[in-house]
Amino acid sequence: MHGATARLNGKGEMGAVDASQLNWMTTRVDAALGWARKFSIFQYPFVTACCGMEYMATACSHYDVDRFGAGFPRFSPRQADVLFVVGTISHKMAPVLKRIYDQMTEPKWVVAFGVCTCTGGFYDNYATVMGIDTVIPVDVYIPGCPPRPENVLDGLMKLQEKIQHGVRATLPQGPSARPAELQAPHRPAEHL
Amino acid sequence: MTLAEAPNTTETRHMFLNMGPQHPAMHGIIQLIVELDGERVKGIDVEIGYLHRAFEKMSESGPYNNVMPYSDRLNYVSPLINNFGYCLAVERLMGIQATERCQYIRVIMSEISRISDHLTCVGASAMELGAFTVFLYMIKAREMLWELVELVTGARLTISYGRVGGVKADLPEGFDERTRKTLHEVRKTLLECDDLLTRNRIFVDRLQGTGIISKEDAMSYGITGPFLRSTGVAYDVRKANPYFVYDRMTFDVPTGSKGDNYDRYLVRLEEMEQSMRIIEQALSQIPAGPLQVDFDGRVIPAAAMVDEAKVGQTGCFKSVEVAPDPTLEGSTKRFHTAINAPEKRAVLPPKEDTYGNIEGLMHHFKLVMIGHGIRPPQGEVYSASEGANGELGFYVISDGSDRPYRVRVRPPCFAIMSALPKLLVGDQLADIIPTFGSVNMIGGELDR
Amino acid sequence: MTATATSLSDLLASRFPGASLGAHHYVGDQTVTITRESLLPVATWLRDDPSTRMNFLMDLTCVDYLKFGKRLQSKPSMTTPSPLPYFMQPKPATETWQRQAGSEFRFEVVYHLYSLEKNHRLRVKVPVAAADPVVDSLTGLWQSADWFEREVWDMFGIRFTGHPNLKRILMYEGFEGHALRKDYPMHKRQPIIGPIN
Repeated sequence: MHGATARLNGKGEMGAVDASQLNWMTTRVDAALGWARKFSIFQYPFVTACCGMEYMATACSHYDVDRFGAGFPRFSPRQADVLFVVGTISHKMAPVLKRIYDQMTEPKWVVAFGVCTCTGGFYDNYATVMGIDTVIPVDVYIPGCPPRPENVLDGLMKLQEKIQHGVRATLPQGPSARPAELQAPHRPAEHL
Repeated sequence: MTLAEAPNTTETRHMFLNMGPQHPAMHGIIQLIVELDGERVKGIDVEIGYLHRAFEKMSESGPYNNVMPYSDRLNYVSPLINNFGYCLAVERLMGIQATERCQYIRVIMSEISRISDHLTCVGASAMELGAFTVFLYMIKAREMLWELVELVTGARLTISYGRVGGVKADLPEGFDERTRKTLHEVRKTLLECDDLLTRNRIFVDRLQGTGIISKEDAMSYGITGPFLRSTGVAYDVRKANPYFVYDRMTFDVPTGSKGDNYDRYLVRLEEMEQSMRIIEQALSQIPAGPLQVDFDGRVIPAAAMVDEAKVGQTGCFKSVEVAPDPTLEGSTKRFHTAINAPEKRAVLPPKEDTYGNIEGLMHHFKLVMIGHGIRPPQGEVYSASEGANGELGFYVISDGSDRPYRVRVRPPCFAIMSALPKLLVGDQLADIIPTFGSVNMIGGELDR
Repeated sequence: MTATATSLSDLLASRFPGASLGAHHYVGDQTVTITRESLLPVATWLRDDPSTRMNFLMDLTCVDYLKFGKRLQSKPSMTTPSPLPYFMQPKPATETWQRQAGSEFRFEVVYHLYSLEKNHRLRVKVPVAAADPVVDSLTGLWQSADWFEREVWDMFGIRFTGHPNLKRILMYEGFEGHALRKDYPMHKRQPIIGPIN
């Protein structure tokens, strides 16, 4: 949207206004909103497996995720804005994950915590979803089995950058859109 | 029509409440469909399998040592116990006896794992009842133990430390001193948590008298471990069928009497103290480690050793020590015989031999390459060890090839979860939380 | 332990002649293979008789012997095992093991029993043919059999007559096939939502 926007001048008449001034206003507002959002993350910890132990360790006193403003998990998807998918997602659990994601209100972000959620990990079998980005859109991938708390905090900071700029993944991207480091193919089936 | 004559049209029906697969108190992956009459639980249907990761199928797809990372992720709060349980089974199948020092190391690491498991269980169930501080204190204690584990194995949680015939590496220097200090700190933390919870009116009221199970029912359901001991049966695999060096340790097996949640909490607290006792005894009894050999003090980097060996200059290698990559620390000749069984069919050679002479290289090759590897004779074995939740059994069948034919894990919390209807029917809705917390359901073990 | 161990299978053979298809003692484990028809009486006796008193059904599982001993021939590059060097030759065996049931039985349902008072264990195996995979349920004797049998049904497809609630436990309702059978490929996914990948 460019061009003049209406504004009342001093005499109470409508006149033209400089668009760049209004955009300056909205970018300042956006920046402030982004700052507020990134330091008040209400995460929904969708914890299933071993990564949950490292999630606990990150959230507790030693590594303390509370200093990032993310200390208070919300156990209802309606009240949360970041979905931390922590631990392996099996095909039995995938519809549940999709439903929780759909129940979350905008704006929402998704963090794939642990390599099982990024690409399926080493569980290349009949039961495991090979990466949750086949089911829901993912914003930040934190690989590791389980990732050290320092890795998690690094991922959280990358998420905060994304939140600051209002960037969100909106479609399930699938394996082709993963970062290069997560593109390695799985072991072929003949090895059985 | 007066009120007295009006027909009674109130209709009561039971309500079905779904405590879905995603629920903070269900530890993420259990679905309970609870039939409620007001607040009383009338019936309950437990749905599991949301974390099925095909451990048993994947174990059949690689050599014997490849099962180690999968076994870590079974009971992922006490991974060392799973590792060593599996190693015990394969060693029995092959007729290998681990060295004494290795057995002591395994006992120490298993008990550290057991303490971490109980800390997580009690901490998480306290948090679910509102005692968030206790959770933070216990996770602090667990962090200290994980730092110890990291010193020895290199990782905090999924460590893959056990090997068939031994362990990956010896204990580092100063481990004894460091462990004793850590145990001192853990005892202080446990004392604090004990002060906060054990005589806390709210905690006691919520836990006492809920989730009761009788001795006979517990045995019929196949329940073992702290859950069974809280009903009064003193069955502990470490005492009944001792393995490693548990028969040389003096420790008590705490038992409860009523089989309710409070007894389980007390049993777990006391078991942590007994585990610390075992660790201290093991540290003082452990036989000497690294070889006192008469090296002329030379240490040669691995790359240089390989270069010299390629041109045939191997004569000097008998009295040098190789300095391998830091991730291979503890596996050189100095440590090798102390922690690995003298069993060439299963144990990798020390790094000086692998890099320094052709026999060592061939030996390493024969144990590691696809198609070669550890080959137990045809047979089957069931080996029971005491996991943090009860009897962890590994049933391994070998068909004489390099891969296991069947690896079955007998999961202790599977039996306890099957008894959940028995535990919960008749109690109130709010009693589900402490009871479920005291079950110590670990998804990796339950669903495998 | 050895004295009671040998006598367990002898006791069983003397009490139930014709039930036992074979017994052996291997790496410290006592195993008895019995016929399918004799499972319920033998299990009841094992639980109640004062000389055995098996109060725990520790584990109930199944093994699919379809590819037993044929592993190396399944891949063309591994037709013969490479010769083992001298330092890896197997030790002369003091005890040997073989399947007691014939190879016409594809499955064997395995029960691990433990007695608290006597502190002895026994493994009982029941061979089952693929054409008729049905076994009696032991839920009337030990309540732990409930979920273990559901898992065997889910993973192997063996039906248990008399089981109160035989439905899948680890996999989901729409899943076709039985996952731990040797002819179920490991990578064959049947997703409920999402791509097959």
